[in-house]
Amino acid sequence: MKGSQAIVKALQDEGCEVIFGYPGGVVIPLYDALFDSDLRHVLVRHEQGAAHAADGYARATGKVGVCVATSGPGATNLVTGIANAYLDSVPIVAITGQVKADLIGTDAFQEADTTGITLPIVKHSYLVTRGQELPQAIHEAFHIASTGRPGPVLIDIPVTSQLEDFAYRKAAQLDLPGYKPTLKGHTKQIRAAARALAEAQRPVLYVGGGVISSGATAELMELAALLDLPVTTTLMAMGAFPETHPLSLGMLGMHGTAYANWAVHECSLLVAVGARFDDRVTGKLSAFAPQAKVIHIDIDPAEIGKNIEPQIPIVGDARRVLADLVEVLSGMERTPGLTREWLSRIEELREQHPLAYHDDGDGIPPQFVVEEVDRVTGGDAIIATDVGQHQMWACQYFRYTRPRQLVSSGGLGTMGFGLPAAIGAQIGRPDKQVIDIGGDGGFQMTMQELGTAMAYEVPIVVAILNNRSLGMVRQWQDLFWNKRYSHTCFERQPDFAKIAEAYGAFGATVTEKDQVADALREAIKDPRPAFIDFHVRQEENVYPMVPSGASIMEMIGGTAGRRKKP
Amino acid sequence: MKHTLSVLVENKPGVLTRVAGLFARRGFNIDSLVVGQSEDPKLSRMTITIDGAEHPIDQVTKQLHKLINVVKIRDLDPDHTVARELALIKVNASSGTRSEIVQIAEIFQARVVDVDKRTLTIEMASSPGKLLALQEMLQPFGVIEIERTGTVAIARG
Repeated sequence: MKGSQAIVKALQDEGCEVIFGYPGGVVIPLYDALFDSDLRHVLVRHEQGAAHAADGYARATGKVGVCVATSGPGATNLVTGIANAYLDSVPIVAITGQVKADLIGTDAFQEADTTGITLPIVKHSYLVTRGQELPQAIHEAFHIASTGRPGPVLIDIPVTSQLEDFAYRKAAQLDLPGYKPTLKGHTKQIRAAARALAEAQRPVLYVGGGVISSGATAELMELAALLDLPVTTTLMAMGAFPETHPLSLGMLGMHGTAYANWAVHECSLLVAVGARFDDRVTGKLSAFAPQAKVIHIDIDPAEIGKNIEPQIPIVGDARRVLADLVEVLSGMERTPGLTREWLSRIEELREQHPLAYHDDGDGIPPQFVVEEVDRVTGGDAIIATDVGQHQMWACQYFRYTRPRQLVSSGGLGTMGFGLPAAIGAQIGRPDKQVIDIGGDGGFQMTMQELGTAMAYEVPIVVAILNNRSLGMVRQWQDLFWNKRYSHTCFERQPDFAKIAEAYGAFGATVTEKDQVADALREAIKDPRPAFIDFHVRQEENVYPMVPSGASIMEMIGGTAGRRKKP
Repeated sequence: MKHTLSVLVENKPGVLTRVAGLFARRGFNIDSLVVGQSEDPKLSRMTITIDGAEHPIDQVTKQLHKLINVVKIRDLDPDHTVARELALIKVNASSGTRSEIVQIAEIFQARVVDVDKRTLTIEMASSPGKLLALQEMLQPFGVIEIERTGTVAIARG
């Protein structure tokens, strides 16, 4: 068997169903092998789209996403997508072609040091110069990407390895002496955490993406329900706890709900699960949860104590640790109603600081579009986003009720992520409607992927909250830079609906509030990919806002609302 | 406080780059880093010395542990560690100063490995502290060049 065929075979042995890629000189052997195989390949329009689509697929399904690119420019075009997956701990395997093994280091045509370039943004990487090592490398790559704290793994494959002939042997064993993620939490620590929880009068669960990647939502619900614990989630964990539940506080952080932030500020016990005290969550570290004892549960020991020193650190898989906690707590004597006063304080905070926006009948409030997406889809859609204001509104005004329902670039904050990620998510989850809530800025970074959506008849709906500006940067200029809108307002925009139509997609432009729901319904009904250009109010800002590096005390716009989140 | 980490890594291409890259990326300053084969041909051992006051040592070891090729890390206890470093020091030596320099070398149990009309080269394998002392003694004669290997260390017992 040729090395190229072995790649395809090994991918299938790992259960890979679809790969997102773009051909090029040194991956012709691989593409030749794909030609005869039943492994599905989705041809994107730019390699960045391949990485984001693999990422979106992985986030929506929980499986490993795979992307392929050629050497040199193909590989460097993947870089943003790989970094994006790294920062959000998303399991993807990126396969890149490389020049002939004996040409490496000679500045050959389309040569780039791909493993070198990606070194700081991968969980691990391989340069496979001997074809017969391909099955083992692919086997290990899938294992590393999907276990422990997940992340991207890159496999760089010289064309000479793809052409090598050898007998295929399915990789059976892992040879990773340095890789043993800790899954089970320390029993003594779990007991200490259980005691702290049982005694806490003002507890808050602060839940991050680790709960979703470990599949711990059922255990989380059990724990929260057992002790009546209020739950706030990071952007990475939207839907890990249903936002329709009375104990849900929604998202915390810079643009989180004011009541989530105040609850964290006033709590006596903060339980971080699969979260990493990111600066967008904590603001000023010294002023974050100032009264709280901290329990930090994470599978990555390096996250514990990195930003905040917890009183009770627990290294382990969120699901195992939460299940163990529930078990210990169930057998413990507890004072009933210990958190009753705290819960009524939280209700008070919720009443005092509702999530809200102005709606004076002038133009379409962007938040309203998000609410309509929630209403029209019955809250069932998978939401993909780009990065910026619309992303924050998509977090604030759509109520996520299940894990993997939001596909959004958190850590890296990658504009252009939304459309290709939505395509990947929709391909992975054909049973759900995927809606890409995007911005007019981010959309223009990867809008060529409309071609991919059309070619494979991927029935996504792209809903652009078009404010004719780079809204989030414009917001910072508005608030902190004397309204000097340097290069953040687009003076001329294309007719986006016509672009969509040119691709053969459904296209619509919406300028009136009362047309929003109908347009969404029509777009969803249309079997083609659909695009709606919502002309929203340009000057709208995202509130509440805790300015960068500030404490919750300096929050802007926490109580400015007139409309409550329904 | 100086920490000496003994790090067992897989003997694979690119491992040194991964370790060095990690240190650079996380802003950790390396005092010295030595790599060589270990008792197992599949594994290499790195001895890394780092200033613990500058960087929280557990962040350094935890981040190192995340590298797939890193098998084992030991933060060596200085009281139970033998640490050695080899230095070659080329110093100005005229007929008037040569015998004095040789005497100093003898006191330090260092060896003269090269003699020239105008220079002497001294070899010394010792603890980093003693090397520094020798260096200071030789300074007045005019040190031309120093080559140091960096510390290798092993736990006692």
